[in-house]
Amino acid sequence: MMEKIRLIEIKEEILSDNKNLAQEIRNNLRMNGVFMLNLMSSPGAGKTSLIIHTIRILKDELRMGVIEGDIDSMVDSEKVAKEGVPAVQIRTGDACHLDAPMIDKALQKTDIKHLDFLIIENVGNLVCPAEFDTGATKRAMILSVPEGDDKPLKYPLMFTICDALVINKIDYLKLSDFDMKALQQRVLKLNPNIKIFEVSCKTGEGIPAWSQWLKAEVEAFKK
Amino acid sequence: MHELPITESILNIVLKHAEANSAIKVVNIHLRIGEISDIVDEWVQRYFDYLSKDTIAEGATLTIERSPVIFQCTTCEKDFRFDIKEIKDIICPTCGGKSVELVSGREFYIKNIEVL
Repeated sequence: MMEKIRLIEIKEEILSDNKNLAQEIRNNLRMNGVFMLNLMSSPGAGKTSLIIHTIRILKDELRMGVIEGDIDSMVDSEKVAKEGVPAVQIRTGDACHLDAPMIDKALQKTDIKHLDFLIIENVGNLVCPAEFDTGATKRAMILSVPEGDDKPLKYPLMFTICDALVINKIDYLKLSDFDMKALQQRVLKLNPNIKIFEVSCKTGEGIPAWSQWLKAEVEAFKK
Repeated sequence: MHELPITESILNIVLKHAEANSAIKVVNIHLRIGEISDIVDEWVQRYFDYLSKDTIAEGATLTIERSPVIFQCTTCEKDFRFDIKEIKDIICPTCGGKSVELVSGREFYIKNIEVL
């Protein structure tokens, strides 16, 4: 006799475990008044440089910390620690993104009671980190000019989930055919509420506007 | 690259529901994933075959239904499909409106499973 096949309706989010833990992290940070930013980009777009500029502008006004996700080195966390800000390094090994369980572990090693603002430097990748909620309060991404203005077409999810886009290396604009207007239009179509900042970590241009936005976000969160 | 943790998650959810329903075997798993997700279908099946060895889900087929990218025009409220990888403006084909909102394309869930 053939056994009967039964259909079971599930309708469950594939990453529900990660999402639930991320929500717990968010609640815990909320209770402790800590604003956490998840910073994402492709490798070499300028995550560490932007973090260091941001630290230099904001560290006297906000108590900052950094969670560093790096494939297999301590280079970035050493740079951050030099700025006098606590840094926790997550060695991701062959992982291509940070997820909520990794952030949860890193937070256990972080003195969140004495922090206002925590930045996660995610693994350099425009695909995988977009799928995983880390429990961050806000998400930001960097696109650097040499990567090209077509990236929103290739990695739409990343541009859709971010609250802010930092366009870095604008000092390269003169040498490139990067179409800033087309880029911004494409991004705003996918995500009309995204804040866009044009910066150069090399010349420092645009960094104050970005830092002021962050500071306002952190202060609004803490109210 | 993130297909591996995603597949692990799929397997765990499937086994949880299958066991709760006293199933002895999982035959088919029906996923609904939005076109905006960068998931390679083939990899998910390959990882699943590997991860599900010696479980009641071993040998199950994954059917991935892609939900299209659909925008809604905020002016005339009509829905329209759009190929997100095309280099062109997202304009409402009905009224030419440029103010649009994404209403479908980000789904990421297990719809149902077929079990014995």
